[in-house]
Formats: sequence, C-alpha cells, structure tokens
Amino acid sequence: MTTAPAPTLPPVTAARRPARSRSLRPWYRNGPLVAGIVIVGGLILVAIFAPLITPYSPTTQNLTDVLQGPSGAHWLGTDQFGRDVFTRLVWSTRVDLRIGFIAVLIPFVVGSILGGLAGYFGGWLDLIVMRLVDIFFAFPFYVMVIALVFVLGAGETSIYLAIATVSWVSYAKIVRGEVLVAKQQDYVMAARLGGFSHLRVLARHIGPNVLSQAIIYAMSDIVQDIMAIVTLGYLGLGIAPPTAEWGSMISQGQQFITTQWEQATIPGLAVVVTSLGLSWLGDGLSDLLSPDRRK
Amino acid sequence: MTETPLLSVRNLSLGVQRKGRATTVIVDDISFDVAEGERFGIVGESGSGKSLTLRAIANLLPAGVKVLSGTIAYRGQDLQTMPAKSRRRLAGQEIAMIFQEPMTALNPVMRVGEQIAESPRRNLGLSKSAAMDLAIDMMRKTGIPDPAHRARAYPHELSGGLRQRIMIAMALSCSPRLLLCDEPTTALDVTVQLQVLRLLEQLCEDTETALVFVTHDLGVVNQTCRELGVMYAGEIVERGRVKDVFADPRHPYTKGLLDSAPDFDQPDRELIAIAGFPPNLADRPDGCPFQPRCSFAVERCATSRPRLEPVLPVLPGREAACFETARIFQGATA
Repeated sequence: MTTAPAPTLPPVTAARRPARSRSLRPWYRNGPLVAGIVIVGGLILVAIFAPLITPYSPTTQNLTDVLQGPSGAHWLGTDQFGRDVFTRLVWSTRVDLRIGFIAVLIPFVVGSILGGLAGYFGGWLDLIVMRLVDIFFAFPFYVMVIALVFVLGAGETSIYLAIATVSWVSYAKIVRGEVLVAKQQDYVMAARLGGFSHLRVLARHIGPNVLSQAIIYAMSDIVQDIMAIVTLGYLGLGIAPPTAEWGSMISQGQQFITTQWEQATIPGLAVVVTSLGLSWLGDGLSDLLSPDRRK
Repeated sequence: MTETPLLSVRNLSLGVQRKGRATTVIVDDISFDVAEGERFGIVGESGSGKSLTLRAIANLLPAGVKVLSGTIAYRGQDLQTMPAKSRRRLAGQEIAMIFQEPMTALNPVMRVGEQIAESPRRNLGLSKSAAMDLAIDMMRKTGIPDPAHRARAYPHELSGGLRQRIMIAMALSCSPRLLLCDEPTTALDVTVQLQVLRLLEQLCEDTETALVFVTHDLGVVNQTCRELGVMYAGEIVERGRVKDVFADPRHPYTKGLLDSAPDFDQPDRELIAIAGFPPNLADRPDGCPFQPRCSFAVERCATSRPRLEPVLPVLPGREAACFETARIFQGATA
C-alpha cells in the first residue's frame, strides 16, 4: 500500500449559523394548518372572552321573552325559557372546548406512558398492557362511553373518566409501536451505552422522537371527543341542563324545528365548524411533524 | 501484554434459542484479548458475527440473541454476572461505542452539543456549563470547525462526516478506556473516511484508549489496527498481528479475502473472488465451515473441525484454524 496522505483536518470555514428551516415550504404556506389555526384560535378567543361578547347570561331565564325569532336584541332569538340563543352558543364554546381538550389530555398522558413503558421494557408488562388494550378495543367507542357515563352519572368528571377509559388504548398502541421501532435505533443504543438509566433513555431520548405521532392522533381525537360530548349532551347524559352546551341546545331546539329551525341548526353548525377547524389543524400539524417531512 | 488484559473474551458463543427448534449458533466459541491501548480489528463479511460480538461486549444484543456460553471480562470482572448498576457505570465511563450509521446514531431531536454533554454531565457529575464546555472542546478536538456554533445544530443540519465526528466526540467525552467501533467509516466517502480514521487513531493514541474495530474493509484494518482477528461463519479463523497476517495469510479464507481486494502496489493483479456462499448458520456442516468453498480442502476437512492453533513460523498471537496451513504457506509464496 502506498503511504496515505497526512491527516487533513477540514479547513476552518467562516462562522455560519446552520440553516434552521425544516422544509422548503414555510409553515404559513400550509393551507390546512393556517385555516385550522384561524378557526381554532378564533374559537378559543370566543371561549375566553364569552362574557364580553354578549350582554346576556346564558342561564338566567326570562319567561316573558320565550321563543322569539331573530332580532336586533336577540340575534338568534330566544329559546323556550327566554334565554338568548346566541349567548348560549358562545358560552357553549367554553364548555365544549374545555371538556374536549381536557378529555384528550388524560388519555394522551396515560396511554403514552403505558404504551411507552410496554414498548420499551416488553415482557410481561407489554403482555398485560396490550391484552388490556385488546379488551378495550373490542368495544365500540360510543357504546363504551355512553355505558360508562350512564354508570358513573352525568357530569363533567364522568365524561373525562369515560373518555379516558376508552381512548387511552389508541395512544398506548401508537406510542408502543413507535417505541418498538425507536428502541432499535442506534441513538438509543448509544444512550444506553452512555450509562443512562432506562427511564432517562425512555423519557429523554425516545420520548421526543415518538410523541409527534401521538400528538397528531390527539388532534383528530379531540374532534371525536367533542362529538362524543355533544352526543352525550343530546342524549341528556352530558352536562347538567342549565349549563349551555351544543348537544343539549340541539336536543332542546329540535322540538321547535318547524317554527324556529335556527335553534337546533346553528349549534349543529358550530359543531361542524369546530370539527373542521380541529381536523385541519391536525392535518397541518401532521404535515409539519411527520418524520418523513423532516430532513 | 499486561497480566490481566483490559478486555478478555473467552469461548464466547452467541445464538438464538427458540422453543421446539434447534438453537442457531451465530457466534461460535470465540476468544480474544485486548490489552490497554491495543488496537484490535475484527474482519469478516456480512453475517459473520462480528457486529454481534461487539454488541455483546457492549451489552446491546438485539432481542432474542443470547450469550449461550463463555465470558466477557473487563479488567478481570465478568460483565455477564456484574450487577446492572455497576455495569451501567462502566458503560458510561470506561466503555464507549461508535456506530456505523452517523445518520441514525444521533438523536434527531437533540442538539448535538447537548448529546455530547449529556454523558459527562451524568457520569462525571459536571455542571451544565462545564459539560457543555467539555462538549465544545471535544468537538474542537475532532476537527469540527466553529464548534461553539455547531454545538447548537441538530444532527440533520450536519454532513455525514461531521456527524461521525460528533459520534466520536460523544464516545470519547468521558475518556473511555475501551472504544468499540462498529464499521465507523462505512457510511462515509473514502476521503472523509481517511480523515475520520486518522482522527480516531490519533485521539486513541493520545489517550491510550484501546480500540476494538469491526469492519469488512481490509484496507481500514491495515490503517488502524495492530492486531487482527478474521471471522468466518461466527468463528475466528485466523489471528495475529496485522502485518504478519497480511504478509502471510495462513487460512484459505484470509488468503481469499486478500486475493479479492485491490492492492495499490500491484494495480494490474487480477482480483480473485471466493466462489460460493457462507454456510447457513441454522444448519452448520460438521467439518470446517469454509470447506465447501476451499480450494485447499482435504478429506478430513468435511468431517472434523479445525481449531485455532499456532502456525509456523511461531509469531506472537499468530493462530489459524486450518489443517493445511503448511500448504497454504507454500501456495502463498508460489
């Protein structure tokens, strides 16, 4: 063999910041993402500033003004107890969004942790968690949620519990699968050989790499959860009556569908718009966070 | 060599055990020692068990592959029987590894500086800023230009060569005594490859770190290692100092490997490929695993297995697992 050239260290180039862009398309050129942010952002603002948007109370009855049509004073008219429908619509945003977000957070956290531990440690833990997942997966979502809320009694806490009980399994499945792939990666091997504890490897090295899929799923899961809350409200199993909530508004309004169609339709449209906004947001986020879009 | 070698692998066998089926032996009864500051190369083709051997030393065997028998001792302590905690401490401070793919061996969502700094912070108890200073210093030592800025980059923002340098900085950040390299330069351009090899060599020399270097590239072994083990079908078939083995291969497989690799000193020499394929490990032949492909094979090669034995002329650590070493010697000189 000829003698190899002397070791050449690379020339020191001028200090330059490494480029930060993840893709050629900036995030604001992502149509669904922007639409989602605008709609969901708008809804969140409506929820926060509900008391400032309308002068009326969503629950105080005014029996002299029942079932009025739309007017300057009551934009969407009043319901059978004389409450302003627009006010109730606005206040419902608060209730439905809050419950939707919290209801998604609990199963997200519980499912991700259980799925992560099961995928990482495997063995009997994996066996137990995944058989539990199979059992819960066997029941249709609505059947299970309605049955659980029925047993636990109507109210916010029961809704959280019911949805959490049913939907943690999806997160567990997603995260477990991602962890199974990630734990074979060399960077995880490197971290393990770095002398770090298992929990540290899982939380710091695997976690951030696998959670994006769960976050994307969570965005579509919120839509499902809000639908579930509205459905429960419609069936009279959700939030207790005086509180404004889209589902109960629809079920109340449908009695007057022939004379005052807007009472049932407008809350329905609110659900549609919310779902659309969240779906677009989830779509846009999945574009932004998916590993195949990352370089 | 000192009395207790830094790393001592004795009769190590690795394999897959499945219920109701015969155990598949992947690495069969291999032994080698690595002294302090030694540079030991393991050469072999894909599937010869070289990477698994390395992973067994690092305790990173993939699920399903088990140590069937044998010991791996670090400074005389058996790594198999060591409690998990002290083993982890050893892994953090004394043993480090460089992986083949710089693309996958760095965490894509952590800044490279943090990745280098994490181990010294945890294992040496450095403060956050001291660990980061060390990380930047390590990056400078590995020849990364503008390390203070690059430390804030994510792996995908760096080139393959830079990433491999980050890996080296990471592996050496706690000044390990033993560095395991799993084909660290395979994924790199030949020019970058040379730079990285030189760098590794120089850094290991400066700190007297022992190296176990797994590769399929004979040229790379020639450049970096002093001692060599040639693996075939899960066995070490030939062993010795690199220059002795290269000058005078005594196992037909080693000879075949050398004949099939280009040589800059004789650019016109015809390259001779080794005919046939390695044996199916699930169905090992009784005799020498290389026998079906071997042009030197005699009758007993098919029935009995040659073991590693010293070859003539006697040189330190020089062994080959072949019955016909004398004939190959003549064949090589002819």
